Amino acid sequence: MSAGTDPSIDAKPVTLAKALNMSLRAAMEDDPKVIVMGEDVGKLGGVFRVTDGLQKDFGDHRVLDTPLAESGIIGTAVGLAMRGYRPVAEIQFDGFVFPGFDQIISQVAKVTYRSEGAWSMPLVIRIPFGGGIGAVEHHAEAPESFFCHIGGLRVVACSTSQDAYDMLRAAIACDDPVIFFEPKRRYWEKGQLDPTAGRTDTRERPPGCFSSVVRRPGTDVTVVSYGPSMLILHSAADAAAAEGRSLELIDLRTLSPLDLGPVLQSVRKTGRLVVVSEAPRESSITADIAARVTEEAFYSLAAPVLRVAGFDTPYPPSRLEEDYLPDLDKVLDAVDRAMGF
Amino acid sequence: MAADPPTVPGSKPRRPIPPRLMPDRTGSPYHPTTARDAAARGAAGLRGQPTSSEVIAGLRATSHGDNLIQLLSPEGTLTENKDFPIELDAELLRGLYRDMVLVRRFDREGNALQRQGQLSIWVPLLGQEAAQIGAGRAMRPTDMAFPSYREHGIAWCRGIDPTELLGIFRGTDHCGWDPKATRFNCYTIVIGNQVLNATGYAMGQRLDGTVGAPEPDDGESRNEATIVFFGDGATSQGDVHEGMVFAAAFDAPVVFYCQNNQWAISEPVGKQSRVPLWERSTGYGFPGVRVDGNDVVACLAVTRWALEECRSGNGPVMIEAFTYRMDAHTTSDDPTRYRLADEEQHWKLLDPIERVKVHLSRQGMADQEFFDGVGAEADELAARFRAHCIAMPKPPPERIFAHVYSEPHHQLGQQQREYLDYLASFEDDHEDATPGKVTR
Repeated sequence: MSAGTDPSIDAKPVTLAKALNMSLRAAMEDDPKVIVMGEDVGKLGGVFRVTDGLQKDFGDHRVLDTPLAESGIIGTAVGLAMRGYRPVAEIQFDGFVFPGFDQIISQVAKVTYRSEGAWSMPLVIRIPFGGGIGAVEHHAEAPESFFCHIGGLRVVACSTSQDAYDMLRAAIACDDPVIFFEPKRRYWEKGQLDPTAGRTDTRERPPGCFSSVVRRPGTDVTVVSYGPSMLILHSAADAAAAEGRSLELIDLRTLSPLDLGPVLQSVRKTGRLVVVSEAPRESSITADIAARVTEEAFYSLAAPVLRVAGFDTPYPPSRLEEDYLPDLDKVLDAVDRAMGF
Repeated sequence: MAADPPTVPGSKPRRPIPPRLMPDRTGSPYHPTTARDAAARGAAGLRGQPTSSEVIAGLRATSHGDNLIQLLSPEGTLTENKDFPIELDAELLRGLYRDMVLVRRFDREGNALQRQGQLSIWVPLLGQEAAQIGAGRAMRPTDMAFPSYREHGIAWCRGIDPTELLGIFRGTDHCGWDPKATRFNCYTIVIGNQVLNATGYAMGQRLDGTVGAPEPDDGESRNEATIVFFGDGATSQGDVHEGMVFAAAFDAPVVFYCQNNQWAISEPVGKQSRVPLWERSTGYGFPGVRVDGNDVVACLAVTRWALEECRSGNGPVMIEAFTYRMDAHTTSDDPTRYRLADEEQHWKLLDPIERVKVHLSRQGMADQEFFDGVGAEADELAARFRAHCIAMPKPPPERIFAHVYSEPHHQLGQQQREYLDYLASFEDDHEDATPGKVTR
C-alpha cells in the first residue's frame, strides 16, 4: 500500500468514514483474500459511503452486494472464512444485526473452539452504532454488550480517524472474529490520519486495536468511555478545566477483552471514576468496569464508581434522544458527584 | 490494598458434597434406563398416543408421489434411468453393502452405550444408511461436506473413524476430528446454521476459480463442490431459505441434500411444508430431485450427478432423499407418543440394506462367506467402538480455555491461571481435576 507515501493524504485531516474507507482499501490491496460483503456496499458504496469506490476498483468478486438477509451475510461469511478468505461484513445499522445474531453467537464465536483450532475465524463484522442522528427506530442502538458477553468474539469501537484506520486494519489482520463498532454520528468528524503511524512497513499490523489509551492526562477524576461519547468527554474536560478540575480521559477502544490496565493505573492516581456509554445501564460494559475496578482497586477509590449511560428502555423517538444520550451536563454532573464524596 | 490470605497450594480441605448438590439424574433423559423408568414412560406413552390427524399425517408421508428416482427396488430389482446413468459392478455393490452394515452396527452400539450410561445421548441414523452412504460415496476427496448431527454415514465415507464421533455424545469434546483436513465440517446442532456456512464455502470455491474450469487433458479436474446435509424440519428454518437465496444469487456450487426422514422429533413433514420438499427448489430457480433415500444406488447416482453439475458450474442443486427415521429422534425421545408402529413396519419392508443383499445374492455377486465376513467385521468394529468409548478420559480443566481464540487473550489467560491455582489449593487433588496436557 502506498498511502503512507502520498503526501496529500498525510497532510489533510480526513473524516472517520474516509479513514475506514482508506483502511479497507489498504487491506484489500495488501491481501487478495480480504473481501467486503453486505447490503448496498457495491455501487452505492454503503449507506454511509464507507465502502465507496471499492467495488469499482476491486471488482464485484471482491466487493459483494448480498441479498437482503443478515443471517445470510454472517452465515456465508463464516463459510468464506473457512475457505481461507478474510471477509469484512457490513451490517447496515446496529438494530439490524439481530437476524444475524444466531450465526454470530452459534457459529462465528464457537467455530474455533468447537474444532479445537482447526478453523480460525478471521472475520470482521462492521456495525455503525449509537444515536444522535435523528433516525427512526432500530437505527440508533448501542448493542455492544450482547457481544461482549460471548466468549470467542472480540469487540472494539473506534472514536478517531487514526483509530478507525489502524483498528480496522488490525481487526482484518486478526485471526479471531472482531465485532467492529463504528460511531455513526462521528462518521463526518475530521481528524489527522497518518497511515504509517507506529510502523515502518504499512503491511505490518497497526498497534492499538486491542488496548485502551489515555487520551488526556489529569489528576482529579478518571472518565472512561469509547466510540461516539469520546467527543463529549473532551468537551467535559475543557469545561472542567475552566472550573479548575483536571479530568483524565481514557478511550477503551477494546470492549472485549477489556484492557483495564490504564483504567486501574488512572484510578489509583485519581481515586474517582466515571464511566460513560450510550448503552442501557444494567448488565452493561459500564457495569462490568465498575465491578472489576471495585475488585481490583477498592482501597484506591475515594468515591463509588459512577455511571452515565442510557436508560433501560428501548431507544426513544429521536426528538427525545437528547434526554436519553450522555451529554456534557450529565458527565459534569457525575464528575461533581464523584468529587462530592 | 487488602487481599485474601495467600493460598497455600494443596492446603485447603475439600468439603463433603451434600447429597442435594450431587447431580441427580434419575428421571433425566440422559439417565440410564431402569425398569421403573421404562414402566413410567410406558404409561406416559399410553396417555400420549398419537392423535388421528398425526396418524394420517404419518401414513401420508409413506407416499412418495410419482417423481421418485429409484434404481434398486425394495425387492432387489435393478432398473436403469437414462438421466442418472451409473456403471455398477459387484465390487461397488459389495462395498456399498459393507458400508451400510458397518455403519448400522456401530450406530446400534451407540444406542446401547447410551442406555448403559456411557454416552449422554446418541443420535441414531437407523433407516438412513442408504441416503448417507450413497451421498458420501458420490463425493470426491476435494469436495467439502457440511453435516447436521445425524451424519454418521457421511462421516464414515469421509474417513472419520467412528470412535471420533463419540466425544460429542460422551461430553469429552465438541468435534473429534479435524474438519479442515477431512473436508467434513464439525457436526452443527443449531438447526439449519450449516446451510449458510456451506453456501459461503461454496461461494469461496467459485471465487477461487475451482468451479467450471475446463477439464484438463491429463490428470484430475480441479473442480470442486460442496454438499450440505439437513433434515425435513430444517427446511422451515430461515437459514435454509437464505442459504438457497444466496446460493442462487452467487451461482454457488452447493448440493442441498435434504434427508426427509418424515419426522422432526414429533412433528410430521406435513407440518413443515404443503408441497413436496424437492419442489421448493423451483422457487429459488435451481433443479430439485426426489430420490428414494432407501436406495443406495439411486442416492449414489443422483448425488454424483448433482455434484458434477455443481463442479461444472451449473449449481446449486437440491436433492430430497425420501427416507425414514426408523428409531427415535435421539435416545432421549419416545416416538410411541406420536406415531404408530404400523408406520415403522411399512418402512421396514423398504429397508435399505436388505434390498442390496437380495440383489447381490440373486445375481451371484456375493456368497454366504462374504455376508458372514461383513457381519464379523461389523461386530469387531462395534467392540472396538465400545472399548474406545469406555476408556475415554475426562478432559483436563485447561480444555475449557483452549482454542477459544486463535490469538492470545489476556483475560482468558488470567481466568485459567486463577482457576488452576484454585484447584491446586485443595489438599486431596481429585484425580479428574488434575491439570494435565490437553490431548488432541
